[in-house]
Amino acid sequence: MSEAQRPILEMAAISKTFPGVRALQDVKLAAHAGEIHALMGENGAGKSTLMKILSGAYQADPGGEIRIDGKPITISGPLSAKDAGIAVIYQELSLSPNLTVAENIYLGREPRRGLLIDRAAMTAGCAEVLNRLGCSFGPRTMVGTLSIAEQQMVEIARALHARARILIMDEPTTALSSRETDRLFALIRQLRDAGMAILYISHRMAEIYELSDRCSVLRDGQYVGTLSRAELSAERLVAMMVGRDLQGFYKRAGATHHAGRVAMAVSDIGDGRRVRNANLVVHEGEVLGIAGLVGSGRTELARLIFGADRKTSGEVRIDDRLVDIRQPRDAIDAGLVYLTEDRKGCGLFLDMSVHDNVNLVMFERDARGLGVLDRKLGWTRARDAIAALGIRVAGAEVNVGALSGGNQQKVLLSRLLETKPRVLILDEPTRGVDIGAKSEIYRIIDSLAESGVAVVVISSELPEIIGVSDRVLVMREGVIEGEVGGATGVAITQEAIMALATGIRPTEMASPGLALAS
Amino acid sequence: MKMSGQIQGLLKTLGMLPVLIAVCIGFALLSDRFVSMQNLSIVAQQASINLVLAAGMTFVILTAGIDLSVGSVLAAAAMIAVIASKLPDAWGLVGIPLGIATGVFFGLLNGALIAFLRLPPFIVTLGSLTAVRGVARLLGDDTTVFNSDMVFAFIGNGALFGVPWLVIIAFAVILVSWFVLRRTVLGVHIYSVGGNPNAARLSGVKVWRVLLTVYGISGGLAGLGGVMVSAKLFAANGLQLGASYELDAIAAVILGGTSFVGGIGSIWGTLIGGFIIAVLTNGLILVGISDIWQFIIKGLVIIGAVALDRYRLTGSART
Repeated sequence: MSEAQRPILEMAAISKTFPGVRALQDVKLAAHAGEIHALMGENGAGKSTLMKILSGAYQADPGGEIRIDGKPITISGPLSAKDAGIAVIYQELSLSPNLTVAENIYLGREPRRGLLIDRAAMTAGCAEVLNRLGCSFGPRTMVGTLSIAEQQMVEIARALHARARILIMDEPTTALSSRETDRLFALIRQLRDAGMAILYISHRMAEIYELSDRCSVLRDGQYVGTLSRAELSAERLVAMMVGRDLQGFYKRAGATHHAGRVAMAVSDIGDGRRVRNANLVVHEGEVLGIAGLVGSGRTELARLIFGADRKTSGEVRIDDRLVDIRQPRDAIDAGLVYLTEDRKGCGLFLDMSVHDNVNLVMFERDARGLGVLDRKLGWTRARDAIAALGIRVAGAEVNVGALSGGNQQKVLLSRLLETKPRVLILDEPTRGVDIGAKSEIYRIIDSLAESGVAVVVISSELPEIIGVSDRVLVMREGVIEGEVGGATGVAITQEAIMALATGIRPTEMASPGLALAS
Repeated sequence: MKMSGQIQGLLKTLGMLPVLIAVCIGFALLSDRFVSMQNLSIVAQQASINLVLAAGMTFVILTAGIDLSVGSVLAAAAMIAVIASKLPDAWGLVGIPLGIATGVFFGLLNGALIAFLRLPPFIVTLGSLTAVRGVARLLGDDTTVFNSDMVFAFIGNGALFGVPWLVIIAFAVILVSWFVLRRTVLGVHIYSVGGNPNAARLSGVKVWRVLLTVYGISGGLAGLGGVMVSAKLFAANGLQLGASYELDAIAAVILGGTSFVGGIGSIWGTLIGGFIIAVLTNGLILVGISDIWQFIIKGLVIIGAVALDRYRLTGSART
């Protein structure tokens, strides 16, 4: 790719105003054929809006210009975007699970013979594209039976089949394992080498490093700048994204907490399938990390301890007292709380107010006789939580569904903190929150540990685990494989964790820093 | 922008009240007999039993469930109430608690199947709709039971300071329901289970207990409905009594803006929904429309009103 070459896609002075909100302001972007162009920015920075303008889901305000191969074009809807050679693969895949691969690829453009669909032509045309991508499934496979990674392949095949020249991918690795991610990356490079321009949206620094040729950053709806591969560095990207340097991003540099007595001891816990004979101890005032690849049983372990799923063996002691946990309520009453990784599915009540969401666990304890709510106390709790955690919301009566990811996470966290827990298990505490809220959540974790709470943090992001934890347990295939940090004497490094997580010794690993993306 | 936002906010709080008012004005113009103390009292009495059932239904639908069995449970409870009312002297009064207890019993049975065996509410209560109807017939050997000398007949026919007891009971049920839903732990737990059962469980809500309770409440209120009906008729009949009452109750709840998905809705909406149905029934008779057309018009109004509601809600959700 040479800079002198004319970009295949140029956007200039793109603005988009929604009633009351300026989502984009004078944004520009240029992508060349044969490059992987990453697009970064906090949640709400305008990445999705920009991509939706390209895909025809939104129309930009008048005054901006989009050029393809130097020629100005108007994108008035999804069809004209398709005609311009633009294809989008969204985070939530848009396939019909009840149709076959071929039917999905040809959806809306079915080859016909008279009044009938020409199935033979469809199957053949589809098989050709699938072969090119090296897919292991055929055109007649039902999409519903495919894994998420395979469904993504179908989406890519559909884009290829439509002769797309600009492919937009929005956080494509969110639901993939690390092996699937590697395969996807290889495919993306292959598409680039074949001359496609790829716009890649991601929150994950590691992916940006590994994949991108250039990286553009948006902040608050404005274009901040573009870095070439040689200029990429985490500090620089973060500074561009938040507009300031983040010092002590995770916690006070190098400080470890003073671990006290054992707060929780779990022995021999398992469900006979996904978690086997897990033992762990966490002390008061300590942050214990649990690392492992996706699917290694981290969340399952946490849910077993918390009583969300049924365990077949094992016991939990809190403050050296055996507690019989059969349902989440028992755990909460014993001082153990769990922050779910699935904020919307298992955490929040989106149609209920911040007040209700914050108080939900405490309503029962706070209630006066006969289960009548103590309304004054409830509103006080809600207001205090908003102030203490810096939740940005107009008032406690606002529905949680209207809040941004980071503020939703803080609401969920404050619900747990209201119980004054002894042990706090946080499962992916910063998933889907912007970088500002991230650093605030790290600060909360740090101060909780300072105040003597035992904190367990589960995370897929290694820098996060390494940054916040005093000690890290690593899981692999349902078993706690080992420990780094603390008394083990092994330093907490990506290499040490990955060696345990994958079962491969560090020396055998080709590029240890990069295989961590998932 | 701001102005229309305020109007939308107002519409949201008012819910279906404008529809009820429009229907009332319409009938007042069409028939001069509609607006009279006597007729309004009749409307309120006609609404009362459906309101009691609909209040219970509101609890159930708020948890994303449904209770199709209330009509049959009402019949069984009415049978028990009439049979018990034949006990000598004041002992006949036990018909009231026994009728309610019958309803609670069948409600808890529904609730247990739904909460513990995790069966879908639609299937469970569809089954008990049929089975409890059979029980109701069994209770009177498939005959109509009478008691012309009922101790609690005042419930169905008497009045307190000019207000019929039926109406007083219905409003008391609505008020207590409001209190439970808005001012107690159980109420928040009901909304939370309907809004997101997974999150409710992880937050320490005993979901099974909430489900058991709402079906128990629905059954108990159907039982109370049975007592009210039997007191009004001095009789009960296992075969016909309460047939398809569940549909009017569900219609009242849905007209009131409570979402079938669970977690969204209010008892005030149900009150208005119940009155819309009662006013329609009463008004169409006054205007002299044949009962065949009454069915057709009532059905269309229900669909139209809910369609209007949907349109209104999607309008306000847009930013």
